[in-house]
Amino acid sequence: MNAAGSELLYALADDDFVLGFADSEWTGIAPHLEEDVAMSSLAQDELGHASAYYGLLAERTGGDPNRIAYDRPAEAFCHSRLVDHGRGDWARTMTRRWLYDTANAVRLEALADSSDRPLADLVVKVRREETYHLLHGQAWIERLANYDGEPRRRLIEALELVGPDAPSVLAPLSSEAALVADGILPVPSVELLERWTGRVAPILAGLDLALPAPAGAALDPLTARSGHGPAFQALWLEFNSVRSLDRAATW
Amino acid sequence: MVVPTLPAAPAIGRDAAVRANVIDLLQSVVDPEIPAISIVDLGIVRAVTLVDGQLGVELLPTFIGCPALELIQAGVRERLQALAGDPASGVEHVNVTISYAEAWTAARISERGRAALVASGFAPPDGGPQLVALSRPATCPFCGSRRTVLENAFGPTRCRSIHYCTSCRQPFEQFKDG
Repeated sequence: MNAAGSELLYALADDDFVLGFADSEWTGIAPHLEEDVAMSSLAQDELGHASAYYGLLAERTGGDPNRIAYDRPAEAFCHSRLVDHGRGDWARTMTRRWLYDTANAVRLEALADSSDRPLADLVVKVRREETYHLLHGQAWIERLANYDGEPRRRLIEALELVGPDAPSVLAPLSSEAALVADGILPVPSVELLERWTGRVAPILAGLDLALPAPAGAALDPLTARSGHGPAFQALWLEFNSVRSLDRAATW
Repeated sequence: MVVPTLPAAPAIGRDAAVRANVIDLLQSVVDPEIPAISIVDLGIVRAVTLVDGQLGVELLPTFIGCPALELIQAGVRERLQALAGDPASGVEHVNVTISYAEAWTAARISERGRAALVASGFAPPDGGPQLVALSRPATCPFCGSRRTVLENAFGPTRCRSIHYCTSCRQPFEQFKDG
């Protein structure tokens, strides 16, 4: 497999893997039982999608998906700045989920036509599952926005904190030119970003909210997926805690 | 009476028979999360192939992150193991793979599978486009009423949603479209 295709798969996989693990922290402590079930399902989906992307990588490199997922140092992960934030409170988790799901949807829509056939096939299935995520996220953003006082205040705080990093999901990768030239990424990142803004900004405007301006670091290929913060270091230790006891153990 | 001697069955005939036999055997393999219905009726067996002694079974996941997938793969392998030990079958090795070459959808569930779901207290998926199916009330598997409400699109497993019947006041689950 070429290096460009590999970089894209790592980006897709690490985004879902890190978000899935962070969101799974709500299992047992979500605001109410129904949400506990929903959040656990969403997290399970993300880990499932990550596992399928790691599986594609493993097939092509002759590796093992679990080793790719777990046996990398924290700094080797290439998830976006948006999912690098800690889960924070419920409003921040919902805000981040919604921003991620909407951006991911734009990316997957394009990848369904990828010249990388196995990836395109997988993406068709992933998109069907993501339908449920989009509905869930949309409902929560509206719910938080429409309750004045604490819910709306927390939503605005979350938007201000993680919103500027949201474009990092769609920022060009270092191999953007090759990805587009080979048709692996059929739509240039610049256009994906425009599409996403064009969908998300009107929804926020309808709720009398504004999409924050992108952070410079979220758009730069050199920084959009590197320089992970303390929240991720803690998460990395957590998701490696069992495996690091005995990396050769079989289940 | 002279019994005509049949020519030796061509390999293709035997292979077709082996494949049909495989489907029969898989009628007793279930998804542990939906044990009422076989994986064949669930529609997750995409293809059975026999090439040069290699018996291939391709499975489509209902949901990508389905934790039962490995168990199902192991169940299929175990069920078909006897074939690999039988020289008459022409099977030397069994490969069970997961495929994304097409997406599993609820339309792949057989009529018999749908009936088995209802009999075990599950509403079968509604069919039709995913979003339309989500917004339509599910049919209560207990009393057949459509006066039902969606309580949660996410249920106890990834492939099940939770509903409530306002006619017979019974909560129930629906098998969800993937």
